[in-house]
Amino acid sequence: MSEFLRALTLNAGYNAALVAVGAALLGAAGGAAGTFVGLRRRALATDAAAHATLPGVAAAFMLMAWLGGDGRWLPGLLAGSALSAALGMWLADRMAARTRLPEDAAIGAILSTFYGLGVVLLTVIQGMNAGKAAGLSGFLLGQTAGMLRAEALTIAAAGALAGLIAFALRRPMTLVCFDPGHAAAMGVPVRAVDLAIMGLAVGVTVIGLKIVGLVLVVALLIVPPAAARFWTDRVEAMTALAALMGAAAGWIGAALSASAQDMPAGALIVLTAFGLFALSMLAAPRRGALAALAARRAVRRRMLLRQGLAALARGAAPGDAAQLRALRRAGMIGPDGAPTARGLAAAAEVARDMRRRSFLRGGYALDAGLTEFLTRDDGLTPLERMLAPDQLAALDAAMASGGEAP
Amino acid sequence: MSAACEAAAAAGPARLARDAAAGAAERAGTATMALAPAQGMSVRGLSVSYGRIPAIMDVDADFPLGAMTAIIGPNGAGKSTLLKAALGLVPRLTGEVRVLGRPLERARDLIAYVPQRASVDWEFPARVIDVALMGLYRRKGLWRLFDRNDRRRAMECLAMVGMESFARRQIGELSGGQQQRVFIARALAQDAQAYLLDEPFAGVDAATERAIVAVLRQLRDAGRAVVCVHHDLSTAPVYFDRALLLNRVVVAQGPTAETLTPRNLRLAYGGRLETAATP
Amino acid sequence: MIDPLIAEISSPEFVQLSLPPMVIGALAAMSCALPGNFLLLRRQSMLADAVSHVALPGIVAAFLLTGSMAGGTMMLGAGAAALVAAGMIEAVRRVGRLEPGAAMGVVFTAMFALGVLMLERTGASGVHLDVEHALYGNLESLIWFDATGWSSAADPRALAGLPAPLWRLAAALAAMAALTRLFWKELTISTFDPGHAQVIGVPVRALSLGLTGATAAAAVAAFDAVGSILVIAMFICPPAAARLCANTLSRQVWLSMLFAALSALVGYVLAGYGPLWLGARGSVSAAGMIAVVSGLILALACVAGPARRRAGGALGAEGR
Repeated sequence: MSEFLRALTLNAGYNAALVAVGAALLGAAGGAAGTFVGLRRRALATDAAAHATLPGVAAAFMLMAWLGGDGRWLPGLLAGSALSAALGMWLADRMAARTRLPEDAAIGAILSTFYGLGVVLLTVIQGMNAGKAAGLSGFLLGQTAGMLRAEALTIAAAGALAGLIAFALRRPMTLVCFDPGHAAAMGVPVRAVDLAIMGLAVGVTVIGLKIVGLVLVVALLIVPPAAARFWTDRVEAMTALAALMGAAAGWIGAALSASAQDMPAGALIVLTAFGLFALSMLAAPRRGALAALAARRAVRRRMLLRQGLAALARGAAPGDAAQLRALRRAGMIGPDGAPTARGLAAAAEVARDMRRRSFLRGGYALDAGLTEFLTRDDGLTPLERMLAPDQLAALDAAMASGGEAP
Repeated sequence: MSAACEAAAAAGPARLARDAAAGAAERAGTATMALAPAQGMSVRGLSVSYGRIPAIMDVDADFPLGAMTAIIGPNGAGKSTLLKAALGLVPRLTGEVRVLGRPLERARDLIAYVPQRASVDWEFPARVIDVALMGLYRRKGLWRLFDRNDRRRAMECLAMVGMESFARRQIGELSGGQQQRVFIARALAQDAQAYLLDEPFAGVDAATERAIVAVLRQLRDAGRAVVCVHHDLSTAPVYFDRALLLNRVVVAQGPTAETLTPRNLRLAYGGRLETAATP
Repeated sequence: MIDPLIAEISSPEFVQLSLPPMVIGALAAMSCALPGNFLLLRRQSMLADAVSHVALPGIVAAFLLTGSMAGGTMMLGAGAAALVAAGMIEAVRRVGRLEPGAAMGVVFTAMFALGVLMLERTGASGVHLDVEHALYGNLESLIWFDATGWSSAADPRALAGLPAPLWRLAAALAAMAALTRLFWKELTISTFDPGHAQVIGVPVRALSLGLTGATAAAAVAAFDAVGSILVIAMFICPPAAARLCANTLSRQVWLSMLFAALSALVGYVLAGYGPLWLGARGSVSAAGMIAVVSGLILALACVAGPARRRAGGALGAEGR
């Protein structure tokens, strides 16, 4: 635990601190870029990009080794992976646009084919010179233990750059995601911004390879925005929140990883992000599962009560078992099924509400200019909330003088 | 193939013609007699909610046999929701639905549904005849494939909507109106008692609209219940016998002329009829 | 050119070393491609991706729970994980109202991460469970020791010595084919128009669940022999290529079988003999090469498939 706290406060060594900062920056950039990617409904396209990095990594390794250099030089590998990821995404996009294949099939096809090619190239490398290729398998699942200082620095710097770009471009990206047509009319270069969004996604993917690994890096782009979505409907707020959650997941996950042996950073970052997601999905107000469930049950209870009370008011027995249950639970009828005093009062109230509504619907609403009521009425919201007190009083007066509406 | 088999296969359209003749005679004799609610589809206390506020609230509605009923209302009034809830496609919060007195769960043979045309992927690898055949599912049951008799029956249904010459055509190659006709043919193949259609005239050409109306009238005259979600207020009185005016709650329902009065329409559309009436 | 080929094919070594992986690869490819056709039309292709990824946590969990490395246990674990993942994806999609792609991404990354963590923390990685095996499979090591040549195909004793995955995948393919034939009508109707299908009483939810189950079963049966990349590729690429070449569902399904088998055979030959033809030594990953070949077939279909374009064009777009 204390080891975890030391790592969390950047006191667990220079490398660990660099990795934590890099992961946090990367998480922030991933959260922000992922928000835009998700709003453009391209969440899984990033998975194709991630898997499509493998042949790039392998080809870059082979090229650098063939040129006589060290095949494991990180910037070279990253450049190779970025190129093949971009190529894969472009191909998937073309395939979905030019043929009748749905986008998800195009993504899956690119993902598996490129990945297969990567594996073929890896076996070629293994055949070429056994041993030297060892560093490459780290790209599959990510590896922070034993990371070189130069590599940690590269990742921290690239993460900072990605975060900076996301921050700088947040306005045009928000506009394009919100309404591409409107953005184009305002002079925003939609195509270029779209490219920037996907470029940012590829960037995060490539930088994340070394820490999180290519199987899991897609989580950085998908999970924090999905979690942020539960808390807000506004794009700006969602972007900020997703970036924050991504940063938290990166930081905490990296610290957990540094706190003990055999703690893979990629898995811990992803699991932390998923924890934030699960929490958001369950507990967020309004959009969260618990709140939605409660709201649904409340609406149903109110509907059943109203229907049951309406039956009571007519002097009929509520026929529906669900209505009877709702009435009993609310204390409107006794165990014997006879209405209680409260039930009778409530039934009279519902009857009055129904008379008022049918008078309104019978034409009074038009005559009194209450057209707003006609468009908004759902038959359940209390009239007191839809009409002003003076409007209600006028309604009652009209009903008293004119009697029942037809 | 046995004669019995062929007779069964041909039963649909033949029965429709016979019922139509009987229906016409009956209407001539008892034109003014109102139908009891049990004869047809009835909806009681139906409520649906997608979130915190009801999409439709406490709807009571009757769709009698031998009548064409339009469900009319502004955008977002819950017209499609009413149709889907009546079919059990969206969960009902309260209420019940009966078809010919039977609860919905035991009335699968009695109802045919024509969804909005845009709700399916027309790129699906199927020919026109394949879609029409889908309407025959209930008479085949699990596991058995469609045979020659089924094909003949499907062709007859396609002929009723003037699509028999397109039978082998890929469905993606059809125009919007032709796609809608294929959907109608699939419903005809079911030989149901109640036909529920979600905006059957949306985005179709004039010829198709006339053809669909003719087929629906044929069904009506054969004593079937026909229910359409409908948008066009100008054609509603021409096409339909009855109307249900909806804006989350039922505003009015009954014979079209008495229901679609200017006052009722303004009540349903919140006084903004001018914008609502133009389709 | 022809004579050396015939000599190669009729040699005992070919029957011993190359024939079993080729047959197993083809069986695995076809078992996965069959349900893949319906996943494609339901826009659920990525379910295959998710199912393949969660096999790892399933296998690790099965090992931790039972301590057993037996193939049956592993497959049960992978199958259970696939079903758990499918259930979670559905729950996240409904409860969280997320688009299907995002829901899959959230669930399978979390489960895969859990698998990696379990692997590292428990030292299971030291035993034999290695990630690479799960990713690449071990197609090349499936050898028919008892074969002495083509004549062994008629020898019951030699046949009994065929690698176990061959029988397993033959059974899987037979099961997939039987299910497809039995529920052909139901699958077609509910895939084309789920709403209409539900109204006329087609068991839509049960079919959807069944398809998910069949996907998991095919993936798990193929997984151990050919690895997860190939599983994903075979679920998606052959049906996608067939989709671009056919206008009826039955033709699409038959073509996908052809493309799947072709990918396996050509891919294996290229992996085993390709480097030799290029003058290099050794061979490359057969699973990877088969995936690449299936992708190449798809690429060909994309530029030349007779049904590659959207049929309606403007007409189809009008309704959207």
